[in-house]
Amino acid sequence: MLLDTPSRYELQQLTSELNALYAELIDDDRLEEWPELFVSDCVYTVISRENFERNLDSAAIYCDSRGMLVDRIVSLRKANIFPVHAYRHILGPTRMVSTTGALAKTQTNYAVLMTRTDGHTTIYNSGKYIDEIDLSGERPLFRSKIAVFDTNLIDTMMVRPI
Amino acid sequence: MTDTALLDENPSTTANGTGRRVPYRVFTDPEYHAREQEKIFQGETWSFVALEAEVPEAGDFKSTFIGETPVIVTRAADGAVHVVVNRCAHRGALVCRELRGNRPNLECVYHQWAYDLAGNLIGVPFRRGLKGQGGMPGDFDMKQHGLKQLRVGIVGGLVFASFSQSVVPLNDFLGPLVVEHIKRIMHKPIKVLGDQRQYVHGNWKLYAENTRDPYHASLLHLFHNTFGLYRSTQTGKSLMDSEKRHSLLYSIAASNDDAADKQAYGDSRTFDTEFKLQDMSLLKGRQEFDDGITLVILAVFPNLVLQQIQNTLAVRQIVPKGQEAFELVWTHFGYADDDAEMQAIRRKQTNLIGPAGLISMEDGEAVEIVQNAIVGEQQATSFIAMGGGRAEDADHLVTEGAIVGFWDNYEKLVGFGTSQ
Repeated sequence: MLLDTPSRYELQQLTSELNALYAELIDDDRLEEWPELFVSDCVYTVISRENFERNLDSAAIYCDSRGMLVDRIVSLRKANIFPVHAYRHILGPTRMVSTTGALAKTQTNYAVLMTRTDGHTTIYNSGKYIDEIDLSGERPLFRSKIAVFDTNLIDTMMVRPI
Repeated sequence: MTDTALLDENPSTTANGTGRRVPYRVFTDPEYHAREQEKIFQGETWSFVALEAEVPEAGDFKSTFIGETPVIVTRAADGAVHVVVNRCAHRGALVCRELRGNRPNLECVYHQWAYDLAGNLIGVPFRRGLKGQGGMPGDFDMKQHGLKQLRVGIVGGLVFASFSQSVVPLNDFLGPLVVEHIKRIMHKPIKVLGDQRQYVHGNWKLYAENTRDPYHASLLHLFHNTFGLYRSTQTGKSLMDSEKRHSLLYSIAASNDDAADKQAYGDSRTFDTEFKLQDMSLLKGRQEFDDGITLVILAVFPNLVLQQIQNTLAVRQIVPKGQEAFELVWTHFGYADDDAEMQAIRRKQTNLIGPAGLISMEDGEAVEIVQNAIVGEQQATSFIAMGGGRAEDADHLVTEGAIVGFWDNYEKLVGFGTSQ
């Protein structure tokens, strides 16, 4: 446990930092480090608001282990073919929704800007993260992260995590 | 369009060597795009518009497109499915502005003209005027001012519609091969699992080619090879209907598979490579069909792909957005009687397909790199000859025969010449 009895303020600080690091690792293309922000039996989902609000399963990305996250990154590096691009995450404040023991539930708005090699930057994906963050270890880790995206048209393809 | 004489020459007959040549201008020139709307999407064809399971109850509606024309698919009180143009008969406003929903009737918000679910006009506010003033002319006939109603055909729960009154019946348009393979997948009630929407910056016909092209599969899509996943399904067939409009690509798992392995890893085997999947559960599946077919890409002219890839089932609807882009709408489904494990399998395998699909995401990029390379090109053509360069079936996957079939039909409907 990071703190014996963390205050709400401290919890928000920890979970905000986790999200900031999450965005930084993706935006700086340090994708190999990105799965390390999740517990080993994590769930990571990227799903349209259209499906999420109908309680439908079909997700763009659905991983239920850290191994699957690693596989996504290896596939991106070695197998998949896609336009060269970079992301820039713009995160809103992380709001503490609830805490139960060492598990914090939070919500954070995000926008992902994409820049391709022609130099144009577009809003690639915007939505909200619904997270469950495990605070029982030495550092906070995502137990579950659901990116629910409003952007109902995926531009060309989606290869990088949101 | 400066040199009419040259452009009017039929490119398919000017080949150096055997093969089909398609002028790149058909992917960029607005004139072709306009002609396609008239001759293909509003012409003698049937377009896919919905799964019946998307509008299961009376009053359910879905808005979609045929070509670029907005249409509404409805389920009326008597259970019949109707397809109408989503344009008010009054002054042309969209009648239905939501993706889907349930309503007793359709009402335009602009002046509240109301239509029943079949598109018949049932209400016009102030039709008789107010206090003796205004109102519609005395000869105004409600029956003459409904929403434009299209012909509807349903095969295996797939709803098609046509603007044409003279088009052949749907079953004849599809042909026995396509009907058989629609019914193979749609053999019991389905459950919609969700939609994925993808916007591709390329002409829709490049995707029609892509889905009729077994040649690229193992060359562009490298997921299996990278992880050393041997696919026993690399043999297959490329078949067409008698008119060569539609394309069926399928492959069959080898018959000597060990049953336990099949249960664990679907049709995949590993061989030694530098990279291994950390979590093999991604490929865990079940054999669902007795025929052993594990991959079906059924491309139905002009705007549908029905697919089975392992345990993923989906329709992909192609919606052109100008000549340089299209939207691809993936509607994933399972069967209504799927047990919990099967639901989990489909949910996980969805990672393989769609815009973020590990084995399919490259198709969007493939379309765009062609579109980007042919900008402004008036004379140059592609060269399509793998497998012989003719619209012929093949019992292998090293062919582009079904792409030739598509272009033969395109030539008949739209033509490759220019009018100017």
